[in-house]
This record gives sequence, structure tokens and C-alpha cells, in this order.
Amino acid sequence: MDKVFSRPRSIKDTLMHYCPGCTHGIVHRLIAEAVEDMGLEDTTIGIAPVGCAVFAYNYLDFDFIQAAHGRAPAVATGVKRVLPEHTVFTYQGDGDLAAIGTAEIVHAAMRGENITVIFVNNAIYGMTGGQMAPTTLVGQRSTTCQKGREAKVSGYPIRVSEMLSQLDGACYIERVACDTPAHVRAAGKAIRKAFSAQVEERGFSMVEVVATCSTNWGMNPQEALVWLKENMLPAYPLGVYKSWKDAGS
Amino acid sequence: MADVTLAVGNEAIAEAAIRAGCRYFFGYPITPQNELPEYMSKRLPEVGGVFVQAESEVAAINMVFGASAAGGRVMTSSSSPGVSLKQEGISYMVGAELPCVIVNMMRAGPGLGGIQPAQSDYYQATRGGGHGDYRCLVYAPASVQEMVDLTGLSFQKADEYRNPVIILGDGMLGQMMEPVQFPEMVQGPFPEKPWATTGRKGGPQRVVTSINLQPDELYQHNLKLQAKYDDMKNRETRSEVWGPRDAEIYVVAYGTMARICQAAVGRAREEGIPCGLVRPITLWPFPDKILEGLPCARAFLAVEMSMGQMVDDVRLAVCGKAPVHFFGRAGGVVPKPGEILEEIRKVARSLEGGGLDG
Repeated sequence: MDKVFSRPRSIKDTLMHYCPGCTHGIVHRLIAEAVEDMGLEDTTIGIAPVGCAVFAYNYLDFDFIQAAHGRAPAVATGVKRVLPEHTVFTYQGDGDLAAIGTAEIVHAAMRGENITVIFVNNAIYGMTGGQMAPTTLVGQRSTTCQKGREAKVSGYPIRVSEMLSQLDGACYIERVACDTPAHVRAAGKAIRKAFSAQVEERGFSMVEVVATCSTNWGMNPQEALVWLKENMLPAYPLGVYKSWKDAGS
Repeated sequence: MADVTLAVGNEAIAEAAIRAGCRYFFGYPITPQNELPEYMSKRLPEVGGVFVQAESEVAAINMVFGASAAGGRVMTSSSSPGVSLKQEGISYMVGAELPCVIVNMMRAGPGLGGIQPAQSDYYQATRGGGHGDYRCLVYAPASVQEMVDLTGLSFQKADEYRNPVIILGDGMLGQMMEPVQFPEMVQGPFPEKPWATTGRKGGPQRVVTSINLQPDELYQHNLKLQAKYDDMKNRETRSEVWGPRDAEIYVVAYGTMARICQAAVGRAREEGIPCGLVRPITLWPFPDKILEGLPCARAFLAVEMSMGQMVDDVRLAVCGKAPVHFFGRAGGVVPKPGEILEEIRKVARSLEGGGLDG
């Protein structure tokens, strides 16, 4: 019988530490598939964030650098300037990218830094135990907004894809989700496109993946997927926010 | 050696770095060190290198982190408030064992302070500065020529120990123009970096990280780092003793302050005070054995452009065997030779009746 489905070579044969139902595993797999399909395994360097994905290199079999909180785009800049022929990507959560690392992500995009950012947005801080993130929805509960996020106290969610697509240095920005098989397939396609933008030296590319954190949302994995669809997708509409065809380049 | 030329301190360091093989510079403007990144922005592209003006010092040091992890010979520079912002990245680089050279042209603080020279970042430079338990090699040049010489050495030592190296100057040294001889351009080969993340190329995965959640393993990592620091203490300590070895009073000063003290010590000797000068060239490791080994020393006078920081290391080195006095000015006020001479006289008077006739 023909083998029709298997683990990508770049995903290590090891147990993951992520919670049951966590979507990091899906995103990891999509990255591995994209890099493999494009033949970039030996020349790709990943930058791991702080947070749950800090050990991404235990699962993804590329060269990896673990960056300080929020600094992955700056670290990636340093790598890319030394190794311009290599494929450099950061893997960042919403706390990492949209709070402590806001300056670094905005300026990497502004410079048109020829890197790819995989931005996993689950609207909460995961590893530190479920605190409010800049992407937490108004009304959404967390351990630091226990009655739900109030805009008057904590402001409004940052829509990162919309914000970065305003910058001339960004060549490709797409928001995807990983709640349904169709969305996962679309996410894989977007990640491939983002890497191809880098290979073609078109500038800064980012894929925002709307994801779940069932543990810190206090739901089972299936409830979390439903919550994502009903609450996050209206706040974070999926789609291509910028593509190099309209980047004016 | 090339011909003697006139060079401004900040620019001399930049040229020396390029001649030492540095091809990557990431920085953020701050007075009084701007001539260094400005020079780099012009010169690095001429030699196939890269200059990036970062959005902040925080970003700059993390660009240095990435470039070093990718195997680049890399440098950054800043001045006191900017170096405070770089501390996070420096701690991470030490944790991940990444080489780089960091220049701090100190200015007066705390806070935004002023832009005049000071030496009040001594604790920050020699005690780690960032979080965790670590040390960096700290060189304290006292002339433009020495800045050139120590820059080349810094790149070598950074690679040798896989650790950041700090060149601790001040605003006066950075702005000072002096005759200088630059070394020839180093073409390599540079040390192999089998740990650098340059892509697998069919080989095993390489990971640069500073996280380790297993206490026993992280303890072992700290022991390994400590062994490296012990090695530095044994092999890298540098200092200069000015004047005869039979002096009874030793002024201890570094960098700009040491040059000013030299004039004061000379005048004190003319007055018959048996006085000498110890100039630490490495601030960490501190040259404590030199202080221990001065046969006739009966008193020490630490002079700093701070309210008293290096004096702690002098006291530790002297270990109660002789009185240690302190004279310092802060805020960008630079002590004058006459003021220091008066302090030397005071120390001499304090020893009167015990054999001194100063």
C-alpha cells in the first residue's frame, strides 16, 4: 500500500511539550512542509521567541537561535545581514510581537528587512499563565483582566496585519487561521508564499495565524476552535492585507 | 605599521575595528560617540561590510546577537544611557556564548545626565551589568593609540573566549585627537566557529540559545562560564605602573583620569613625595596582584570621574594592608592636576611620622 501521509522530515520524531489541543503543532508542521517543499532545509535559520514556542528548535530540524522577548526581528536582521542568501524566519506570539517587541517588528517591516515572520496570535499570553495580551479582545477574560478586557482601562486590540501592511517595506502580509482543514491548507499556502517572497528578495513578509490557547482560555480544544471562529475571526478578518503586486515595487 | 596619522578617538576605534576584520556594525546615535557609527556607515560598505542604524540600542544589541550567532565579526558602540539599554542583550550574549565588541564612551549620569566625560559606569561594566551572574573582559584605554591597539585585541579575545568584550572609554577619549599608527588590514583566517548558525548544509542542527530550564544543567553551564572567567583572570589582566617601584603612595586611576593623574604624580615627585601611579588597563579582571606586589606601598589614592566605584576594587586588592583614599568628581566635572596633587599631599601628611617626609 502506498504511503500517502507522513511526518515531514524537518519535524523531529519527539514528544512535543505543547498542551493538548494547542495549534503550535499545526503551525510548526506547515513551516516544515513549506521549507521542505521549497528545498530550503539546509539554508533556513529560525528565530525562536520567548513564550510557549521558545523550544521550537526541539521540533523543527533547522538551525535555530533563541531570542530575547520581542527581539526576534532584530536578531533576524543581524542574521540576514551576515547571511543574505539564507532564509531567515521568526516565530513569534502576540505578547512577544505586539507588546514588548512592537518597535522591533515595526522597524524590521519599515526597513523592508528580507525576512519572514510567522506570527501566532492566540489573544493571550500562554507560557506565563494567561495574562492579557495586546491582542486580547475587549470583554475577553484573562488573569490580568478577570472581568474581561475593558477598553477604558487597557485599550483596544492591536490588529498587527492591518498596521504593518501600511508600511512600504512590507511586501506580503496575510492573516490566516488554523481552526478548520480548509483554513489550515490556506495557512500553508500563505506560509509558502511568504517564504517565496523572501527567496525572491522582495522584502518583509509576515503571516499572522489566528490560533487557540485552550488551556488559558479555559476551554476544551473543540470549544476553543468554536470560540476562535465566533470571536476572533470577526475581530481579526482573514485575508491578504498586502501582496508585492501592489507594493509599488 | 603604516605611517603616523592624526585621528579622533571614536573614528580611530572604528578604523581599527575594520582593520581587525569587523564587517558588521549595528548602533543607535548618542553623544559623545557619534563619530564612531558615522565613520562606520561610510567605511563599512567600502570593505563589503554592513552598517545598520537600529531603531534603539535594544534592537542594535540584538542585531549584534543575530550577526554574531551567524558567525559575523560584529561590533556596537554607545554611551552610558544607551549602554544601559544594551544590558539585556549583553546578558543574553554571555548566556549564549556569543563574541562581540561593545564600546562605551561614558558620559555623566545617572539618568539622561549630561554629555561630558565620566567614569560612572564602572560597576555596570565590571559587575556584569545585566541580569544573571556573568563577567565581560573590560579594557580601559588611555590614549587614541591604545584605543586602536585594544580594539584589535578585543576582537581576538571575544572570539577566543566566546564572550562580549567591552572597551570602556569616556567622552574625552572619544573626542580627543592624537597621532596614531594603525595596523595593517587583517585578512584572516579568523577562528573557526563550528557553533555558528549558518544553516545545516546537510550536517546536524545548530542551536544558539541561553535558556535552560533544568537547574542542574544551568548550574553546570554557569560553572563552565565561571571557569572561563577564571581563565581570563589568570591570563588577561593588564596594567601599567608608572614611576619607580619604591614609591610609598600610589595613585590608582584608569583611562582619561590616569593621564591627568600622571601630571599630578610628576609634580608630587618633584616636591619629594615618593609617589607612583598604577593604571589598570583591564578593569575586569582587575589587576589586584599588581597592587599586592608593590613592595613599599603604604597608602593608595583612587582617583575617578565618579563618586567612587573602582576604589572598591582597590580596597579588595589591598585587603586592609594599607589605607585606601579616594578622590572623585562626577557629573562631567574633570578633576584638575592641581586638585589631585593636593590630595596626594594630604595622603602624604597622613603618613607623616611613619617615615615619610612629604
